Amino acid sequence: MAVLPVKFTKTKRDKLAQVLWILNWISVVTGAILFSLGLFLKVEINKRKELMAERDIQYVPNMLIAVGLIACGINFLGGKICYDCVDTTKFMRWKLIMLPYIVCTFFFTSCILVGALMCYSMRGELEESLDMGLAVAMRFYKDTDTPGRCFLKRTVDLLQIEFHCCGNNGHRDWLKIQWISNRYLDMTSKEVADRLRSNVEGKYLMDSVPFSCCNVNSPRPCIQSQISNNSAHYNYDHVTEHLNLWTRGCRQALLDHYTYIMQSIGLTVLVIWVFEVREHSRMHLVCMAPLLSITLVFTMLQVQDPLFAGCLQ
Amino acid sequence: AMLLKIKFMMCGAFVFSLGVYLKIELLRRAEVMENTEIHVVPNILLLVGLASMGTNWMASRVCQDSMDMSRFPRWKVLLLAWFAVAALLCCLLVAVVVLSYALQGRLEESLKIGLRNGIRFYKDTDVPGRCFQKETIDRLQIEFRCCGNNNYKDWFEVQWVSNRYLDLTSKDVKDRIRSNVDGRFLLDGVPFSCCNPASPRPCLQYQLTDNHAHFNYEYQTEELNLYARGCRQALTDYYMGLMNSTGPGVLSVILIQISVIVSLRYLQTAVEGAMALENPEDESVGYLLEKGLKETFEELKAKVLDMVKLAQVDPTTSEVSPEAQEAEKGDNATKTPSPPPAS
Repeated sequence: MAVLPVKFTKTKRDKLAQVLWILNWISVVTGAILFSLGLFLKVEINKRKELMAERDIQYVPNMLIAVGLIACGINFLGGKICYDCVDTTKFMRWKLIMLPYIVCTFFFTSCILVGALMCYSMRGELEESLDMGLAVAMRFYKDTDTPGRCFLKRTVDLLQIEFHCCGNNGHRDWLKIQWISNRYLDMTSKEVADRLRSNVEGKYLMDSVPFSCCNVNSPRPCIQSQISNNSAHYNYDHVTEHLNLWTRGCRQALLDHYTYIMQSIGLTVLVIWVFEVREHSRMHLVCMAPLLSITLVFTMLQVQDPLFAGCLQ
Repeated sequence: AMLLKIKFMMCGAFVFSLGVYLKIELLRRAEVMENTEIHVVPNILLLVGLASMGTNWMASRVCQDSMDMSRFPRWKVLLLAWFAVAALLCCLLVAVVVLSYALQGRLEESLKIGLRNGIRFYKDTDVPGRCFQKETIDRLQIEFRCCGNNNYKDWFEVQWVSNRYLDLTSKDVKDRIRSNVDGRFLLDGVPFSCCNPASPRPCLQYQLTDNHAHFNYEYQTEELNLYARGCRQALTDYYMGLMNSTGPGVLSVILIQISVIVSLRYLQTAVEGAMALENPEDESVGYLLEKGLKETFEELKAKVLDMVKLAQVDPTTSEVSPEAQEAEKGDNATKTPSPPPAS
């Protein structure tokens, strides 16, 4: 018993083949879109590589890039097949690989779905990676003379300025680490010596934050130092003052940024997946039909019949 | 013909979009510019873009109709006007290129005054109409990596801390205010937006000229602490860069326009020549000017003078003028049949 039999005249078959040829070329374009989305995500992640700890997040953009390239190839081949579907003599060439090709396209279409879902699942890994990476970057903020870490100060400053954020979870993170290098501390001064001695690990901790935490929208000039001391500044209450520094933590800011990118990419890939599923099932319809009819014809010894049923089996 | 049509429309669209882009960029920083003289460059580009889209559409219609002898004559009257408009557009584009270099000085002046005002009103975040100046200047300095008008020392001459945040009872503050002639609170400090993130040491904002206030610091040799460039220079460089990069595009559009004018002239004269022949399918001669340059100029001058004379002459002598016109037409008719060599 055939599954979903549909009657096709020769003209209808030709038209369907033409439509599918166009659809296949559109699929090549969508494959290119997938590829470029994967490339974009890879570039965005690599831009902030210094702020991310070692985690397996590169697999998502890599998968998207691979799927995009394969999509282009498969759909290009599919377009060629559909073009030849119309002419029964040319179609014979493709007879042997039709079945493996159809299996491949089903497998590959499911890969697209997996790629879309991975975009949403990456978030947890990303958050962990950012948390650890930012903590490390802030710790090495002062080491502008250590090769390999000398760019971290600039990276963190530019990040805080661009994403309007301060510290890992908030500005208090800066109060717990020494972000001024010993090169710029007058070790002979009594104040400095006292502060160093009062700390268990010998770190010079201050009640201040770097300038990149300053909020541009604040009505008063930025207060960076002695931020918890109300009497150090005129008309200042650190409890109620929330416009002075950026309030958001950089981990949250970066996470939001990447989540937005990946949600858009995931949505686009899902739409492409739906489109691919519809189009591949239609293609199998038009191309399986002549394949089966030709085998029928050959067993019945050459009958030029324009009307016969095609079946999906 | 379709391809040509698209190509020509693209030129107009290109010029229009250049104008739009330039205008948006100028409007974004309108708060630090004192006058809008520089806006004449994008305005002309917008105008020329729209006009050239229209003229090129007309040119493509003419091209289409030139293949059909019956439809071509209706364009005859409009073509002269078309040539005038197209030549005018080319001149305007050349003017744009010249202006974008010539107005650099005016742009700098405008920026100098605008930035000076911005810096002066930096502290007035509670005055309506000026409350955005602080944010504007901070964002500008961060984005363009610049400090002050000419350099960071501009901030030393201005009170950029509002009196609302000064403890006027404190001795330090009172001394400083008293020591200034205008009663202003001047600091040798700069806002945080002047800080350079590429500096190896945490930013030093206050007491910049005092070497002893900071450890291991010498302000004469310290280059990386703050941004060294002035914002006026940074913005001027940015806008000049924009206009320079649009220069080649505009020049190529001028060349394309000129080639369109020349080819359309050839087409017009060739088709007219073909129509005058017995067999319109035969080959005809196209030319740029019917006679030599000097003769055409003389003829034009005579025509214009005649038109002026006709306008001046009263209706009482109007019986004379139609006769004179007919005599002239007769003269022209005897002149045209002789085909001159193609130029």
